[in-house]
Amino acid sequence: MQFDATQLIPVLPEISLLTLACLVLLVDLFIREEQRIASYVITQVGLLVTVAVTLAVASSETQIIFDGSYIRDPMSDLLKVGVLLVTFISFLYAKDYLIQRDLFKGEFYTLGLFAVLGMTVMISANSFLTIYLGLELLALCLYALVAFNRDSPQGAEAGMKYFVLGALASGMLLYGISMIYGTTGTLQFDELAQVVSKGDMNQIVMIFGIVFLVIGLAFKLGAVPFHMWVPDVYHGAPTAVVAFLASAPKIAAFALAMRLLVDGLAELNGGWQGWQGMLIILAVLSMGVGNLIAIAQTNIKRMLAYSTISHVGFIMLGILAGTKEGYTAAMFYTLVYALMSAGAFGIIIALSRKGFEAENLDDMKGLNQRNPWFAGMMLLLMFSMAGVPPTVGFFAKLFVLDAVISVDLTWLALVGVAFSIIGAFYYIRVVKLIYFDQPEDETPLSIGVDTQVMLSINGLSMLVLGLFPAGLLSLCAAAIGS
Amino acid sequence: MIALSDYLILGAILFAISVAGIFINRKNVIVLLMCVELMLLAVNINFVAFSHFLQDTAGQVFVFFILTVAAAEAAIGLAILVVLFRSKRSINVEDMDALKG
Repeated sequence: MQFDATQLIPVLPEISLLTLACLVLLVDLFIREEQRIASYVITQVGLLVTVAVTLAVASSETQIIFDGSYIRDPMSDLLKVGVLLVTFISFLYAKDYLIQRDLFKGEFYTLGLFAVLGMTVMISANSFLTIYLGLELLALCLYALVAFNRDSPQGAEAGMKYFVLGALASGMLLYGISMIYGTTGTLQFDELAQVVSKGDMNQIVMIFGIVFLVIGLAFKLGAVPFHMWVPDVYHGAPTAVVAFLASAPKIAAFALAMRLLVDGLAELNGGWQGWQGMLIILAVLSMGVGNLIAIAQTNIKRMLAYSTISHVGFIMLGILAGTKEGYTAAMFYTLVYALMSAGAFGIIIALSRKGFEAENLDDMKGLNQRNPWFAGMMLLLMFSMAGVPPTVGFFAKLFVLDAVISVDLTWLALVGVAFSIIGAFYYIRVVKLIYFDQPEDETPLSIGVDTQVMLSINGLSMLVLGLFPAGLLSLCAAAIGS
Repeated sequence: MIALSDYLILGAILFAISVAGIFINRKNVIVLLMCVELMLLAVNINFVAFSHFLQDTAGQVFVFFILTVAAAEAAIGLAILVVLFRSKRSINVEDMDALKG
């Protein structure tokens, strides 16, 4: 096959990110400690440039390049913009935290940017090989970021646990891929879909492969019963890293599920024989265990970790519906969740200061008396996570439940509603602590102007998107192609 | 002639040993890292066997990438292990109990 330079145009976002990561790596070598802010500025400007590049190459048609291993379609455009913007937000929150704790190093941005590159490769993967490489690039950077504070025993322990379980998940995923490769003879998703529709394969080997694939996917998403690493990582890692890790990679994980299950194996979702049944079990367990255990937490980072697990259950509900409405709803949910999660950790970062980590629920007490504006932002974020109208979290849940009901899985929707009512308890408990308890710690919050502006935008976006959900929803629908 | 199923059984046995090693091992973190490597090698056997019997090179190319990633993974794993040992003075799996709840 002839090399054609025009093939490089759809990959421009990745090229731009790679250049940016290398640039930060180089520049960081030659600047003095007090000029370290330059690495941060280059990173943030570069991320915005990459957003512009992504929008410039975006179009409504699908391009498959590099011998079928890379795809650029409307879904990849929207998800990439989502990942880049959420990364921008979380890096902005992270800056003050890192400066106050002597962690303000160029490595944070280099690792973060390579992780973002991994995410974009995953989002645009059209073969098992590409998706595996993207996934590993993301995972390896995240392992290092979790153990980023090397003087913290908790961080090292969390990094080790994340590493071992993440590697186990990759192994499971690869084992499943090898089985599917063995029975279909192809690694590309579009060819795989053709083979599957012809039924030209060994059914038992195929199901065996899909089981391992779904287990690997569940590990990466953090779905019960493969969720053990999520609370430990959220608890042990520096909060600045968690703000990044809990937001943008969720969008990439959604893309991973869509590419693996929907692009290649969509015809095998039927009933309890296909992947739909497995996802139903994972979704019900995730919503149940996530919401119930979150009630018992006193550490707010652990509580948000269990809340993540329950949200993953909801995202899975949308995917398992197996319809375009379902995928659209799941995509809407994922993008909104990434924003909510970044915002919630942004508030936790804002409450912390040098020598003090706001980690416990009690640190939220009386926030309204200390800073009413950001208490209001946290209220919006918590209501959105709980799914209280008119915040956007309500509509995210509504669309997912609607998609599930339209494929005659009403019982599943009822289970989802029941567990989100249970879940509302611990979100509203945070609101109670903020508004009706006396502060134990009267120190005024010292938040930088940039963080203040971004936190306000992030909090208010919950309300604005909730009042006008149609814009984002139609973007998601166009991305899925319905 | 060795049949395809023989290779797959070998792969499955190695894979099962590595998964069991990760869950049963309570003593040493380095053994965990070895189990992770073994798991990837078990997958490689599968890929090479399928690739040979399907007469398709894509599987063997995949193996090269897995080997490369495994090397990078070992580097990161050992780096985290060093950080862990510096802060805890132990690489015992049972000592990793600070995070609970």
